[in-house]
Amino acid sequence: MKLRHAWLLAFALIVGLLLGGCQRNEPLPLRLTDVSGHMPDLDFALTDDAGQAVTGADYHGKVVLLYFGYTHCPDVCPLTLAHLHVVMERLGPLADGARILFVSVDPARDTPAVMRAYVSAFDAHATGLTGDARAIEALSKRYRSAFTREPASSDGSYEVSHSSAIYLFDRDGRARALATPSASQDDLVHDLHLLLDTGTKP
Amino acid sequence: MNVRCLCVVLICALSCATVHANDAQHIHASHGWIRVLPGDLPAGAYVTLQNDSDRVVSLTGASSPAYTEVMLHQSSTTGGMSRMTMVDALPIPAHGNAVLAPAGYHLMLMKAVHPIKPGDTVKLALKFGDGSTAVIDFVARPANTVDDDTNAGH
Ligand SMILES: [Cu+2]
Repeated sequence: MKLRHAWLLAFALIVGLLLGGCQRNEPLPLRLTDVSGHMPDLDFALTDDAGQAVTGADYHGKVVLLYFGYTHCPDVCPLTLAHLHVVMERLGPLADGARILFVSVDPARDTPAVMRAYVSAFDAHATGLTGDARAIEALSKRYRSAFTREPASSDGSYEVSHSSAIYLFDRDGRARALATPSASQDDLVHDLHLLLDTGTKP
Repeated sequence: MNVRCLCVVLICALSCATVHANDAQHIHASHGWIRVLPGDLPAGAYVTLQNDSDRVVSLTGASSPAYTEVMLHQSSTTGGMSRMTMVDALPIPAHGNAVLAPAGYHLMLMKAVHPIKPGDTVKLALKFGDGSTAVIDFVARPANTVDDDTNAGH
């Protein structure tokens, strides 16, 4: 009797661990920097490029690639987005399970309409997010990212220095991987395949 | 006497011409292209410059009838931060190359006079250290162009 209880308990524990593992902290053989468990879940309150108020929860069910930048950035931001476009193309139809979120660090100039035009020039799976300067700063700080508006030139134009990282979230909004802009497309494609196979599919 | 004088003048003129070939005449530009962005957003222009002379030639800027303002810039990523800074001069080494390519040196084109679309050819006058200029054709390409030409060495 006692022995049977012990066996049942052990069995329940093993099943519990297995299930728990699958749902929460399943380790993945990621090639990019694995940040699972070390960064907070996707959460924000911003405006999308259609002018709709959106939160992180609206993107649950999708694998998210989060990148900070601004539309008056003619060099590095377009290069990063062009690379992500190639990565999305390589995913083929699976790319529909992923979303590039391009968050503006220059909300003064980046209206939803400007963001819309900008991201659609790169990839159909990209959404531009802008909003209240404080909400953007909160999101940036949440991922230990940073941006600084540089002094304006005589004609009033200015540049914004910003973090160059790309953050990857799984379908449940959990931060999983960190990529630098020079990360190889192969590694991004590899890790996106893993993430697309993980978590709750819609 | 007169003939001799003329000869001296001619020889001098010829030698002066070779010694004083201007910077622009020593630079060969290739692979010029522009990444076109929507609306009136600033665009980046890229080109490879080859210097066939024995001395360093510097690129100091550019201008174009198609854009109100053109600036020589450098992008850099240090400590995980991307930034863009103005550059006074980009040296092109003697018998060497300087490459303006994404995420490095570029010409930033601002306020297009007329909208530029992919496929257009845009003329840029590159300015060099001695004040000479060279007018170069740049091809306008779509925003999401990945410029593999510089990597793959086509
Ligand atoms: Cu620039």
